[in-house]
Amino acid sequence: MMIELQFSGLSEFLTMGGYGLYVWSSYGLFLLFLIVNIGFLLLSKRKILAMLKARQARENQ
Amino acid sequence: MIRWLYKFSSPKWFYNLSSGYLPWLTIITTILLVTGVTWGLLFSPPDYQMGHSYRIIYIHVPAAGLMEGCYYLIALMSITVLVWNIKMADIVAKACAPIGATATALMLATGAIWGVPTWGTWWTRDARLTSSLIMLFIYIGIIALRSAMNSEGNAAKACAVLALVGVVNVPIIKYSVTWWNTLHQPASPLSFRDTAANPPEIWIPAIFTGVGMIGFFLIVLSLRTRNEILLRERKAAWVQEMINES
Repeated sequence: MMIELQFSGLSEFLTMGGYGLYVWSSYGLFLLFLIVNIGFLLLSKRKILAMLKARQARENQ
Repeated sequence: MIRWLYKFSSPKWFYNLSSGYLPWLTIITTILLVTGVTWGLLFSPPDYQMGHSYRIIYIHVPAAGLMEGCYYLIALMSITVLVWNIKMADIVAKACAPIGATATALMLATGAIWGVPTWGTWWTRDARLTSSLIMLFIYIGIIALRSAMNSEGNAAKACAVLALVGVVNVPIIKYSVTWWNTLHQPASPLSFRDTAANPPEIWIPAIFTGVGMIGFFLIVLSLRTRNEILLRERKAAWVQEMINES
């Protein structure tokens, strides 16, 4: 098995032999998938903690 | 089995267990994904027909695997809900659905993008493509059904039934490429020979991104499950204690 760099320069890497648009948009969507899934989490966790705390404060009054 | 079920069905037990493994899982997943993406983009040789466009495979195939695995987990949890009426199973099933839906959307989108240079079209009426789109609708249906129901108990049962009806579509997706004459190619068998159609230097990075995606799934699933536990167990003493400390 051969493991070697397939591109001789940055511009060659970015254009992907003419397929740059397809490859990079796919990897961009993958990044979006990761961000969306983590984003949902952080938002809901903050909301949950604030909500439970507010509820408790109400009950303690 | 019953003993394991009882242990698993304790939300507090899962909460403490996940606190322990989540940091490690996050480190391992990050290493796997960074290695897989770097290897797949920079070091894998170009395909003799598709050139560099095939590098989409390192996203597309793991996303498809996640769509399938996530659905089987939902189905397993649904059986547990219907047979043993275990609350934790419903929490996990609920936490799974949005991850599966986004993975299915990612798989469809990267497939369409890949189709443009390879097939000359982003969409066609093909058995693999159509059954995958139906899978997205089933995921969205499960999420919509839950949000439409007021009672937690009723929502759990209704979603479990819907999920078990939808499970019939998963093997249809898998075998669509063998049952019908599809534009989508069947899976290429992994080979250890360098001269094969799918040699190790092509599929090894896919193993990295694939296992990395499973790791990411388990992280998000655990965190969603933890959030849901906090909500549903808010009256439990151990959750009250945690809120007071925060």
